Amino acid sequence: MSGPLPSFSAPLRAQASEPLRRFLQVARGAGLRVSAAEGIDAARAVDLVGYDDRGVLKDTLGLVLAKTPEEKALYDEAFELYFQREALAGKAAADVDAAPARSPQGSASDAAEPTDGSGRASLSQLLENDDRATLASALESAARQVGIEKIRLFTQKNLYIRQILERMGLREVEAQTAALRASGGADDDDRAQRLSERLERLRDSARDYVERSMLLYGRAETEQLRSRMLKSSRLANIDPSQHERMRVLVRTMAKRIATRYAMKRRRRQRGQLDIRRTLRRNMGWGGVPFITAWKQRRIEKPRVMVLCDVSGSVAWVAQFLLMFIYALTEVLSDIRSFAYSGSLIEVSDILERKPIDAAVVQVMAEMGFGSSNYGNSLADFENGWMEQVTNKTTLIILGDARGNDNDPRTEIMDRLAQRAKRIIWLNPEPRSAWGTGDSDMYRYLPYCSLARVCSTLNDLERVITDLLDRAH
Amino acid sequence: MPSSQKSTPSRPIESIESVFAGLGIAGYIASRQIATAIYIAHHLQKPILVEGPAGVGKTELAKSVASWLELPLIRMQCYEGLDESKALYEWKYGKQLLYTQILREKVGSVIGDADDLATAIGKLHAFGDIFFSKSFLEPRPLLRALEQPEGAVLLIDEIDKSDQEFEAFLLELLSDYQVSIPEIGSITAVVKPIVLLTSNSTRDLGDALKRRCLHLHIGFPDEKLEARIIASRVPGIDARLLAQLVSFVQQLRSLDLKKQPSVSESIDWARVLVLLHASVLEEQVVRDTLNVLLKFESDIDAARAHITHLTQRAQQAVVVED
Repeated sequence: MSGPLPSFSAPLRAQASEPLRRFLQVARGAGLRVSAAEGIDAARAVDLVGYDDRGVLKDTLGLVLAKTPEEKALYDEAFELYFQREALAGKAAADVDAAPARSPQGSASDAAEPTDGSGRASLSQLLENDDRATLASALESAARQVGIEKIRLFTQKNLYIRQILERMGLREVEAQTAALRASGGADDDDRAQRLSERLERLRDSARDYVERSMLLYGRAETEQLRSRMLKSSRLANIDPSQHERMRVLVRTMAKRIATRYAMKRRRRQRGQLDIRRTLRRNMGWGGVPFITAWKQRRIEKPRVMVLCDVSGSVAWVAQFLLMFIYALTEVLSDIRSFAYSGSLIEVSDILERKPIDAAVVQVMAEMGFGSSNYGNSLADFENGWMEQVTNKTTLIILGDARGNDNDPRTEIMDRLAQRAKRIIWLNPEPRSAWGTGDSDMYRYLPYCSLARVCSTLNDLERVITDLLDRAH
Repeated sequence: MPSSQKSTPSRPIESIESVFAGLGIAGYIASRQIATAIYIAHHLQKPILVEGPAGVGKTELAKSVASWLELPLIRMQCYEGLDESKALYEWKYGKQLLYTQILREKVGSVIGDADDLATAIGKLHAFGDIFFSKSFLEPRPLLRALEQPEGAVLLIDEIDKSDQEFEAFLLELLSDYQVSIPEIGSITAVVKPIVLLTSNSTRDLGDALKRRCLHLHIGFPDEKLEARIIASRVPGIDARLLAQLVSFVQQLRSLDLKKQPSVSESIDWARVLVLLHASVLEEQVVRDTLNVLLKFESDIDAARAHITHLTQRAQQAVVVED
């Protein structure tokens, strides 16, 4: 290593070695964003440390490829998966790499028929001899020939299994089995039986292989599909088992919004030259303006009070709204949150003290899932916190406005609307259901500056973007 | 292109083992991951972004690398509002002002007998434009790091505290080891410095920055490593006490605390215990000194309930032989 480094002569190593190249693909499949430049870095780093020490190799690639704690976890998983599989393939892979070399022209002439007669005969022979090692390597090579690394979706699984088996010579074996059966001899029947049993086993291992590859290469795509689905389905309908995934989604969405608005706020701060201050500051140099001072506009971060209905079906939406709001602390200031069903309490404390996921769970446990009384809750709010609502406060009320036929106390809404900068009402019910049954939505509506249907993550994102857009 | 530059500091980094040993001499007990990071960073000439909880030795790592390689450590503490005039360079306004005054007085003698404006301007042009030249430049940490003849260790501390603009401004430095000064042009590093950035993840850093760096995450060390670290920092400590103390701290970290005790805290605690002439961990001593480990009242309250139990378990800890 003492010699001159191939620094910046990246193209030299641009074609990363085969195992690394495949691993990069696996890493991308696992959801890591590996840019071309990082790929080159990885190749150079691996050049430096070699493949011998698995631990060092893992550390090295981790340094180059995974850049957040989440990515580190994904990376670890992908690394283990990949190299565990490599170990399984082990010697087989070495054989297979040699195999195509035997008949380099073979692929040019064929489509379904690989290499030559010996190839076809070998599958049934292999099956008869029960030569598992060779079968495994044949499977691996067939898989590579049909382009297994392009697998993305679960629905493609059977297609690939079929293709791999056909590439290995499935039809011949089937024909042979049929022929043996037809001949009618007891001996032949036995052989046919044995063949089809082993073929079944081969099919199983092909399925295994495809599933593992699916895990390796197709994860990102599947994730994306699932995320898209989750973002647009009603929060109330989402299975609790998906909630962890939802939290991750909320966090990434919030992060995106936060960066966008943080930049916006700063851009607006750029003002004009403040002549008075500039002159004063440069008095020492006879007024020659070496140091300039600029007029600045103070942009207020929106102050937010969130009132969340935590009863029944609304609770799940509340959970995600709170999560969203608290993930946005960078661009919001002075967040106060309240939970209500029959009555109303402030929950800011809990939400600030604990990590948001745990806090939301606690709030729900303390208050959630009762039957709601809007009039009562509004009265509670007026008694306790009306004073703190100013003309800078945005009030977000989340609820279905179904007060179980209690007095809606719209006069309190009126007073709130007069004090607050604006009131945003988020209703998880579709618009067609507003005002039906015990819904007081239309009674509250006149006092709201904005009322939105809010039942999916996408809705939530839109509402919050609105909130920030109009804050300035 | 930059092949003419030297990239080897005064001591070569030959292997991961040599990084281990070197940092060990400098008093930093590194994990394999850390040593690998320094080794790779040096050979790929890439900055390292070091993340992890406060007090696990992120800043210490930079100091130790510098002292091991006998390079100057140039440290830049980031904060909100930090801009290039504080990080990179500033013009020496006072000197420039003097220069203009001198110029005003001498301008007559320079122009002298010129008859018309064109000749006068021509004569003025003949003088080099030194107004915006290096002699009026006040180098700040980043520029200084590039100008070190022997190379340097540049520590950009708590990059997450700076603004996004500043982060973008750093990109040129991090990828090409050069900076651009509009009036002068770009200045390239004499010897590429070893750059370490630290972050406590108070905000997420941009992808562009991350892409240019190796990413090293330093977490809390495991029991064995922590014992070695403390032993190297608090030489006089009793082996039994050390084992018990480490076991206690490790258990404490598994509690639900606002701020978990970090390595720096356990070192402090070890010092306190040595000062108190403790040779074994006793419940009363733990109770009295818990505020060294935990910094929040609520955490101390939360931990108090478990002290008896934790101490008992810690007392069973066996001395780790190295």
